[in-house]
Amino acid sequence: MKIFVRALLGASALSLAVTGVSAETLTIATVNNGDMIRMQGLTEDFTAKTGHDVEWVTLEENVLRQRVTTDITTKGGAFDIMTIGMYETPIWGANGWLVPLDDLSAEYDADDILPAMAGGLSHDGTLYAAPFYGESSMIMYRTDLMEKAGLEMPDAPTWTFIREAAAAMTDRDNDINGICLRGKAGWGEGGAFITAMSNSFGARWFDMDWNAQFDTQPWKDTLEFFVGMMSESGPAGYATNGFNENLSLFQQGKCGMWIDATVAASFVTNPNDSTVADKVGFALAPDNGLGKRSNWLWAWALAIPAGSQKVDAAKQFIEWATSKGYIELVASKEGWANVPPGARKSLYENPNYMDVPFAKMTLDSILTADPNNSTVEPSPYVGVQFAAIPEFAGIATEVSQEFSAVYAGQQSVDEALAKAQAITNDAMEAAGYK
Amino acid sequence: MARAVTTQRKTINTVVAWGIGLLIFFPILWILILSFKAEGDAIKTPIEVLTSAWTFENYGVVQERSDYSKHFFNSVILAFGSTILGLIIAVPAAWSMAFVPSKRTKDILMWMLSTKMLPAVGVLYPIYLVFIRLGLLDTRAGLVIVLMLINLPIIVWMLYTYFKEIPGEILEAARMDGASLREEILYVLTPMAIPGMASTVLLNVILAWNEAFWTLNLTAAKAAPLTAFIASYSSPEGLFYAKLSAASTMAIAPILIMGWFSQKQLVRGLTFGAVK
Amino acid sequence: MATQHSRSAARLMMAPAVILLLGWMLVPLTMTLFFSFKKYLPLRGDSLGNGLEWVGFENYVRFVSASSFWPSVFTTLLIVGGVLVITVVLGILLAILLDQPMWGQGIVRILVIAPFFVMPTVSALVWKNLFMDPVNGFLAHVFRFFGATPVEWLSQASLQSIIMIVSWQWLPFATLILLTAIQSLDSEQLEAAEMDGAPVTSRFVHIVLPHLARAITIVILIQTIFLLSIFAEIFVTTGGAFGTRTLTYLIFQRVLESQNVGLGSAGGVYAIILANIVAIFLMRIVGKNLDA
Repeated sequence: MKIFVRALLGASALSLAVTGVSAETLTIATVNNGDMIRMQGLTEDFTAKTGHDVEWVTLEENVLRQRVTTDITTKGGAFDIMTIGMYETPIWGANGWLVPLDDLSAEYDADDILPAMAGGLSHDGTLYAAPFYGESSMIMYRTDLMEKAGLEMPDAPTWTFIREAAAAMTDRDNDINGICLRGKAGWGEGGAFITAMSNSFGARWFDMDWNAQFDTQPWKDTLEFFVGMMSESGPAGYATNGFNENLSLFQQGKCGMWIDATVAASFVTNPNDSTVADKVGFALAPDNGLGKRSNWLWAWALAIPAGSQKVDAAKQFIEWATSKGYIELVASKEGWANVPPGARKSLYENPNYMDVPFAKMTLDSILTADPNNSTVEPSPYVGVQFAAIPEFAGIATEVSQEFSAVYAGQQSVDEALAKAQAITNDAMEAAGYK
Repeated sequence: MARAVTTQRKTINTVVAWGIGLLIFFPILWILILSFKAEGDAIKTPIEVLTSAWTFENYGVVQERSDYSKHFFNSVILAFGSTILGLIIAVPAAWSMAFVPSKRTKDILMWMLSTKMLPAVGVLYPIYLVFIRLGLLDTRAGLVIVLMLINLPIIVWMLYTYFKEIPGEILEAARMDGASLREEILYVLTPMAIPGMASTVLLNVILAWNEAFWTLNLTAAKAAPLTAFIASYSSPEGLFYAKLSAASTMAIAPILIMGWFSQKQLVRGLTFGAVK
Repeated sequence: MATQHSRSAARLMMAPAVILLLGWMLVPLTMTLFFSFKKYLPLRGDSLGNGLEWVGFENYVRFVSASSFWPSVFTTLLIVGGVLVITVVLGILLAILLDQPMWGQGIVRILVIAPFFVMPTVSALVWKNLFMDPVNGFLAHVFRFFGATPVEWLSQASLQSIIMIVSWQWLPFATLILLTAIQSLDSEQLEAAEMDGAPVTSRFVHIVLPHLARAITIVILIQTIFLLSIFAEIFVTTGGAFGTRTLTYLIFQRVLESQNVGLGSAGGVYAIILANIVAIFLMRIVGKNLDA
């Protein structure tokens, strides 16, 4: 027995010596996007550097959001790091649910984070989540089809031009749709697109007293323009198309133009997946001459729930995953086109990266989006394609379901807007805004 | 069974039944086929899919990305753990309902079933808070208990109907011979109820294996079963039919195979007392 | 045979199951009722620890007055009813067919019951992407092969699509139970009727159907319990759009998407009421067959 105990002690002392006293196992909740999955594959590098192990909980976006929100509001403590977006971060930060990331190491160089991203992931000037990658939206178009239509894409087109170009490129006999856009219900899907688009038409979700604005002309203009353009030149069944469906259509050469997340640029130009990889051009998202463009701003970021027992290890992980070193690690293994974009200034000063065809347009798009001043008329909320208030996700999902029913031809624009107005005002009343 | 059957009629039966059977089974077969195709081939027309090259690549990618064996073992523990626990609690209850019935037996049975009608999502917050308080979050023990409670009414009901079919005289005879209650249940009742028990176990293992609300919402990394595994393959960036198919195959294959091997037991016992 | 002694023993043996289920029902039910009278917006920092504001019946009124309430009740009933009709009718036909003599009966039975083993999430994902996708889905390819325009299943025929997916999952269950019942049918009785020259339909109506009554009751009862709370099939396919929002899904939207636990809890209470109405209705109509 004595020998056994001694052996046990010896073994545990040995294991302590090897892994270090502070070795922890971090549980990280993340979304199943390509860049995150790549990060999981590179976790060994982090473990080798720090001795900490990582357990991944990888979930689809909607499931992830529901899972982490339940956990953070109940202080469940199931996760040491959560992957959240620009929508959640300021709200959770304001509630004191996240550990401030204001003491990251000098080597990490927090000032290198793009100001638009840092701004959207902060509350009262304190960073609460570190951006893993950031995105805006832009036009991706087929250079060959544009040429065939006898048109030339300006760097900063208007909606009128886009609609004409879409009609000119459409060739339904050959299964080519002039334009592919998101129509799928969900605040982060079609809801995000139509909201960003409505900004350029002079619409807004709320006036300064938090009254819903769906009864205003700019919203009617937005929806009518969208529905008109999509029925002229959009793919069949666009009411259920989200990011994935459009990506797939574009990669198969069935879209002339696609306005969507800038991260898609690396997918449509990747010859392994895309049949049109060498024929893609980029331009800023369109405007309507009102001073606002229709591009959004988003970041997937890593945050630590307040009350976590493993804050130090979690910070080490965040510093690793969002560092310049991580970008170089990915570049060395997968090439520069596949590094997580849109988070750091230094990436866009790197000549290797600026050789990537979509790098400049991505940066320009990010720089033209301003979450604090996204609408033509003043609005009380922060956010471009969303309003950073707790009620928004629920409201916008229901509203976008009404819009999708319009796209599917099941109700008129006026009916949908009237319902949207009622849904929004009712939810705002329930939340105590009035 | 002395009915004379013409070969012609048997042939027609066979053709029709096989046609329908294959039609119903086809979606599962298609998953299996696509899981062995390259991502680019998987979205082509059915004929092109069938003639394209076969590959094991997707299974490799899925295995590399997610720890399949961990999720698999969690599923096994949760499904069988909750069923066995449920059986331990349900056998005595079903016994007393079947052999010592009172006026309220039927009401109690119906009430038990009605607890299944409480919409799960409405009580997520309460249950989550209870789980945090009891330290059960992301533990297999916690989920075994929840899954057991969800299926307990079904287990009790199924066992009750089997027990009822056993003639009370046999038990009485055993009691005359001096068997205690425990012996009576263990050595007389249980052996007679084995077919019923087997199908109860099977049905509840299936239900627990496929339960996707609580197993997803009450777990993180440690206790997550295959339902969480599949949640990481739905709608990522891009449509990955082949990988989705491979992950789906891996998630359903164990229970499908188990179901097929035991279908005789399942069929024999899955009567809920419907056959008199 | 029920002596006083065995009665008390019986109570004792029932106790664990009853107490556990009572707890499983009462704890959440009490908390749901409690929350339904409170303003509970977790994302606004409301929590049990901070104390919740009492709002009376405000949540109940708001939940019912939303334009989505009544449609969601009808959608729920349509899905439950639709799936029940399809699975029971097809289940009877399939059971009769499978009871006939044929070659490879065991294998056909295996093929038919297979969908029951598939997780609802997987089944919804696979149907949505591999089959119902209007561009790359299997059905779209088949439609195009015959020169037809592919149907946009999940927007143009959303409710039918969901009913179809759910029916596919539950048809095996119905078939199995009905098959077991049919196999217990006295074949001599059928043969006698056949000898007497009773036509097929009359044999079916007067002999087979009455024999199956009890099994049909069980199928309806059990499926209703599960169908009232289907969630994954809607969450994965339409997310509640295009008129597929059931009451369960509406509660999900209130509790998790809008993070309004009070409002969602009021919805939960309504769902319990609806479930009980359906249950009483069921008992009245079909409960006679169930002397359980």
